[in-house]
Amino acid sequence: MDSDILIIGGGFGGCGAAYESRYWGRNLNIVIVEKANIERSGAVAQGLSAINCYMGMQWGENQPDDFVRYARGDLMGLVREDLIFDIARHVDATVHKFEEWGLPILKDPKTGRYMREGKWQIMIHGESYKPIIAEAARKSASKVYNRIMVTHLLMDELHSNRVAGAVGFDMRDGTFYVFRAKAVIVGAGGASHIYRPRSVGEGMGRTWYAPWSSASAYGLLIPTGAKMIQMENKIVLARFKDGYGPVGAWFLLLKAYATNAYGEKYEASWLDQIKSLVGKYADTQPMPTCLRNHAMLEEMKAGKGPIYMQTQESLDTMEKEETGWEDFLDMTISQAVVWASQNIDPKERPSELITSEPYVMGSHATCSGAWVSGPEDLAPEDYQWGYNRMTTVEGLFGAGDTVGGSAHKFSSGSFTEGRLAGKSAVKYVKDLQGDAPQVDEAQIKKLKELIFRPLENYKVGRNEIVAGTVAPSYISPLQGLQRLEKLMDEYAGGYSTFYVTNEPLLNRGLELLDMLKEDIEHLGAENLHQLQRAWELHHRILTAEAVTRHTLFRQETRWPGYYYRADHPKLDDAEWHVFTASEYDAKTGDWRMSKLPVHHIIK
Amino acid sequence: MPTYTDMTRCDGCGECVDICPSDIMHIDPVNRRSYNIEPNFCWECYACVKACPQQAIDVRGYADFVPLGHKVRVLRKEKKGLVFWKVTFRDGRVKEFTFPIRTTPWGSIKSPSAYEAPDPSELSSPMLAHEPAALKVETLPTLPPSN
Repeated sequence: MDSDILIIGGGFGGCGAAYESRYWGRNLNIVIVEKANIERSGAVAQGLSAINCYMGMQWGENQPDDFVRYARGDLMGLVREDLIFDIARHVDATVHKFEEWGLPILKDPKTGRYMREGKWQIMIHGESYKPIIAEAARKSASKVYNRIMVTHLLMDELHSNRVAGAVGFDMRDGTFYVFRAKAVIVGAGGASHIYRPRSVGEGMGRTWYAPWSSASAYGLLIPTGAKMIQMENKIVLARFKDGYGPVGAWFLLLKAYATNAYGEKYEASWLDQIKSLVGKYADTQPMPTCLRNHAMLEEMKAGKGPIYMQTQESLDTMEKEETGWEDFLDMTISQAVVWASQNIDPKERPSELITSEPYVMGSHATCSGAWVSGPEDLAPEDYQWGYNRMTTVEGLFGAGDTVGGSAHKFSSGSFTEGRLAGKSAVKYVKDLQGDAPQVDEAQIKKLKELIFRPLENYKVGRNEIVAGTVAPSYISPLQGLQRLEKLMDEYAGGYSTFYVTNEPLLNRGLELLDMLKEDIEHLGAENLHQLQRAWELHHRILTAEAVTRHTLFRQETRWPGYYYRADHPKLDDAEWHVFTASEYDAKTGDWRMSKLPVHHIIK
Repeated sequence: MPTYTDMTRCDGCGECVDICPSDIMHIDPVNRRSYNIEPNFCWECYACVKACPQQAIDVRGYADFVPLGHKVRVLRKEKKGLVFWKVTFRDGRVKEFTFPIRTTPWGSIKSPSAYEAPDPSELSSPMLAHEPAALKVETLPTLPPSN
């Protein structure tokens, strides 16, 4: 399949890329390829109850520079301010289009403005948020391919640092697909299931972030040698226990509050200790998300759990009760299931809070991802080498979870970043003037063989055993995943160690990861569904290795509450007010680590 | 589980197979009805529950922390632009909620091609489609000169 612009992933980043690239590139062939069905795919498949990134410039509520200060404060100083400013100055237009398309946004009856959940968040009736956005994307793309698992990016035969397309397979009939493209925009998902989830057995899939967000945002990019940053900036979420119900609307809009088991508000009591770890950053208002986690973790370690969200006083009207329940029913229905099953009526009793396992992503309150070129009119010189949102690989663009350093995008910001990448990709394709990349047939043949190997491994290995799941020559994708989760949890700062790690633990983790990498050459897939899981695992393992190497490289604890380097327990601005970066060499398996400067363009 | 399909209601139409973001709703070759092939990769997102024309799919919360006896049922009326929820507690209490899901007719979104084509020189500007009108402020913000 030939296209001008290939968009991988039909979530909010990909849908935004499709819309904008069609607006500017009327005659271009724009293709979306999606692992699921864009109608309900990506992290917003289930819906959302709020848009977490909206300035409200029309009412003078906030300006883009205010937003940069907020995101910078939350991430302890380390963000790409040019990228964040760029999203913030465009995001209101995106949200206004969403409303025009039919997304119900709640309004304050007195002022007529959007109802604020918090300074940056507005409330929506978002059950159909994704189907609405998908409709706009379908009308923009030349063709949408659903149920195609993209496994690898293709590189140009003549220029080793130029992208040429992607390959994958149809999960229904096993057809091998080659997508040749002049520009590729990766809008794939970040990583759930890198770390062992708190739930066990059947409940393993009940994670905060979608289990189908399988790290393709990074797993596709890393083998191309694209520069990655902030991969150690994994996020841990404080959520309602087990259901992973969101807490934002409860804290901000409904004014519920957290206490320890004895009803004491504990956060302030940890302030002095936090100051000793992170210095001036402890005074940031609002308190950075990771530091709030830290206070909760310390309280639990002191034996004062469970931590409770005191919901009872917040639901004194029918309207507030509806808001509280809709918060779950729009986006985390399982939390309603937990309450119903455990007879918890939030009007009557509090609910337990807990911290999640870590996730790796670039769209939420965290910013792992690719190092990308910044906007021409905003980015410092050394943040600019090409087109806006282009990675260090020529013709390869990113949006949403793919782009590092631009935190606090959420849904509206990811769509906006997709739009920015889409417009840039159109300009890139037009500037090429028909100079299409060349794809080596030998490269394609090799990849085809590689992609389907797990089916072959199973076919051969299965004959050695009578029945069951225990085989001497292959392991299943699930068995491989469980090994990954266990070792990341135990060596790279998962929940079972209270997110603590150190150099010896990380080095031992890398040793075990190496063996896992050898073993996944022996994955056995019984069918095409398992073949999808096999390649998801490949993407997750590469991402996990990047996380481990970045965590080892950053010799400080920059974000206590997300993870701790016990051998470097304090924040160290003198050495580490920088981005950590890595480049992977797929031929040798070597990782080149470096530091990149953080420029503050907003006072 | 956590999603399961009611044997007597499912007619094997495959709507759930088409929509499941996790690719875990499949048609059982023996019974010709759908089922969840991989419960431990189900997010309980209800995409299949909402899409099922027969209301044949339900969720039984994860066994590792969810006691039996609850129900959270949903009916999504696309044309009406509404979603209905019925939450039944283990002890029998019931809560019902109705929320709007869309304010415009499905299919009514205008393609970006339906707008006048932009001037090619604008491709080099920082403006995105429909700006500055869609921003509802006069100009696209840029960095304050002091910076």
